[in-house]
Amino acid sequence: MAEPVLSMSGVTKSFSGVRALVKGELDLYAGEVTALIGENGAGKSTLVKILTGVHHADEGTIRLNGQPVRIGSADGAGRLGISAIFQEAVVFDDLSVAENIFVTDRPRRHGMVDWATMQSRARTILAGLDPRIDPSVPMRQLSVAQKHLVQIARALSVEARIVIMDEPTAALSHREVDELFTIVRRLKAEGRAVLFISHKFEEIFDVADRYAVFRDGAAVGQGFIRDVDRDTLISLMVGRSVDHIFPKVEVPIGEELFRVDGFSRGEEFADVSFALRRGEILGVYGLVGAGRSEVMQALFGLTRADAGRVTLEGHSLVIHSPEDAIRAGIAYVPEDRQIQGGILRFPISSNIVLPSLGHLSHRGFLRRSEERALAGNYVTQLQIKTSGVGQRLEELSGGNQQKVVIAKWLATNPRVLIMDEPTKGIDVGAKTAVYRLMGEMVAQGLGIIMVSSELPEVLGMADRILVMRRGRLRANFSRAEATPESIVKAATDA
Amino acid sequence: MHKLSARLRALPHEAGLALLTVLLLALVTSAFPRFLTVDNVKSLFDDTALLIMLAVGEMFVLLTRSVDLSVAANAALTGMVVALFNAHHPGAGIVPVLIIAVVMGGALGLINGLLVWRVNIPSIVVTLGTLSVYRGCVYVVSGGAWVNSGQMSPFFLGFVRVPILGISVLSWIGIIVAVLAYLFLRYTVPGRNLYAAGNNPNAAAYAGIDVGRMQCMAFVLSGAIAGLAGYLWVARFAVAYTDIASGFELQVIAACVIGGVSITGGVGGVVGVVLGGLFLGIIKNALPVVGISPFFQMAVSGLVITIAVILNAGTYRKSHGRKILERAEAGP
Repeated sequence: MAEPVLSMSGVTKSFSGVRALVKGELDLYAGEVTALIGENGAGKSTLVKILTGVHHADEGTIRLNGQPVRIGSADGAGRLGISAIFQEAVVFDDLSVAENIFVTDRPRRHGMVDWATMQSRARTILAGLDPRIDPSVPMRQLSVAQKHLVQIARALSVEARIVIMDEPTAALSHREVDELFTIVRRLKAEGRAVLFISHKFEEIFDVADRYAVFRDGAAVGQGFIRDVDRDTLISLMVGRSVDHIFPKVEVPIGEELFRVDGFSRGEEFADVSFALRRGEILGVYGLVGAGRSEVMQALFGLTRADAGRVTLEGHSLVIHSPEDAIRAGIAYVPEDRQIQGGILRFPISSNIVLPSLGHLSHRGFLRRSEERALAGNYVTQLQIKTSGVGQRLEELSGGNQQKVVIAKWLATNPRVLIMDEPTKGIDVGAKTAVYRLMGEMVAQGLGIIMVSSELPEVLGMADRILVMRRGRLRANFSRAEATPESIVKAATDA
Repeated sequence: MHKLSARLRALPHEAGLALLTVLLLALVTSAFPRFLTVDNVKSLFDDTALLIMLAVGEMFVLLTRSVDLSVAANAALTGMVVALFNAHHPGAGIVPVLIIAVVMGGALGLINGLLVWRVNIPSIVVTLGTLSVYRGCVYVVSGGAWVNSGQMSPFFLGFVRVPILGISVLSWIGIIVAVLAYLFLRYTVPGRNLYAAGNNPNAAAYAGIDVGRMQCMAFVLSGAIAGLAGYLWVARFAVAYTDIASGFELQVIAACVIGGVSITGGVGGVVGVVLGGLFLGIIKNALPVVGISPFFQMAVSGLVITIAVILNAGTYRKSHGRKILERAEAGP
């Protein structure tokens, strides 16, 4: 049996106490494509970042041709022959194509950058990939597919033995994917080891020789693709122990509250239509990049949709700004609590009253006592653990910060609450508290749209589940008919 | 066809600015022929040489998504130090003066660079602080006194005025700095990495480029040039005092912005900066000739700078529509 070119074992990595990678095991073989499969947050990106020297593993060993190695930096990874092509092309838009290819190692003559050689070598490498790419034009003028090819050219230019492709097909058309696969097969034929990360089973079965499945930061299975079928892989991906208990409250579902018809925006999402009823929690599941947050941002007026109609309680809405949305009764708890959700250095009271200042002011003047009273109300109601409403947001735990952000939006008296990854990065106890809060809110007649990448959360809390893939709604399950397998299938099917 | 339009799109800023500069020159000269007298043009070159040098240094910093507000204060402090050195060692010759100017300027730049790189303080904060510190140090070293031309050696004053091929050494130094900067940015690896680091710091990290280090290097270069400019300034105006070049950093940044250097990093070039400097220099020299009162001069040149910034922002927004939101979200 062949020895792996690269072998990772027992690799772990934590970010400020949160374990992203618990048991990183991975073997790559020369002349073979290994597919790395897992849900969002399974640890794939962390693994790739460790392999490319962007992050350093806390523990574990990485062997290259049997020799233990330390990948200290991006530079070091390159010297070891490891090269990566990222999902969102990591390129320099205002530099030329040729320079993008040779950015780590520009050809030199007498110590000076040799543009002529760089140009001609770039031309030679590109000829085998896409002869239409002119190496002298700025990167900005290339299509996404071409930008990926330039990154592949970068790998070829350094004679990489290990080529990592992190969802390279995410933004490509069918024909472009075919062209890419021809190149992947060429890399394979040249004896390079390829790590191929994809959510699309069709592609995995088309191009990969081996698979490695990760779940919750740990390797849960690897082997030959020819020995497995799609359902086996899916059950490896989702088959987890149920470690959260969801305090789902049965609330009578009322009449239709909010309706979206034919919502579209550029290349981000198209023809999204759904309805939300009073008392309902509508789960929106999808992989990262499926367009879920983009739809929500457009609904909230952060961006503008090109087409579509939004109605709330039967009245048509025109939303051009978050201000319009708040006035209409829509609130948005964004995904990133610390950046988008709250102002860390402000006290709790200022955070809570921020979007409601318009209601609170008397002829343009604010009364601190009223602000504090309103904030104090929510602190009691939501059981926010704090020394007082004057405490700064940054001093609270993640779960309590999230409660403050939720309180801030409840204070605007919304009728529709959009929650984007409402329990991301908070501990289990705080998650349960947030779920309980969601139950209380719908009991009062709100409708909640919950965007989530966590399957158990979607299955545990949502009354209905929409699945998005590549900017479109692909499935609509009732609570009763949804299964982990059916949801993952809808989110990943090509 | 597509290629041609792509080419056209690739040049416009410098070409457009060159055209504008020529038009401006033609306009002023047609109305006031004496604007193009030999003496006036020489003085225009000498004035803009200092502006262009400092702007080239500033460009290095801007390319890495930072800003150096301390260039003028650096020039004032270094200029005072070399003037005092000359006063105490009148026979030392020009070489030690030039070395002190460049090394000391570079060291002041290094302080900025290390604070940005190692201590991780935003450059605008760092250089706002060092601007006052450096300016204050001019008082400290001089005791608030002026160094007049009487205290300066003939070589110290004369060096910048030596004509070579009809133009002064001062103008030649400006030209040499610009040419070296062009070669550095185009043909050396650190020069290219400066662009990469500012254009996409994230991708630069993946490519093994230390963004902080590039920023530090840019500050050292900017400082060294400012130091050299400090000596040249003192020698040209034959006096060193605390308020030398006070507020000049704003013109320096304006020259960069007019020359197409992006405040958000990674875009810009020496040719644009030289044109930007010439453009500002012509306006500054033409306004008095045209007979506009000093109050209006400030307002008019301010207006021109603002218009240039708006045009720059306009072209930027066209290609980056969505990125503004992304960047706002990604900020700390």
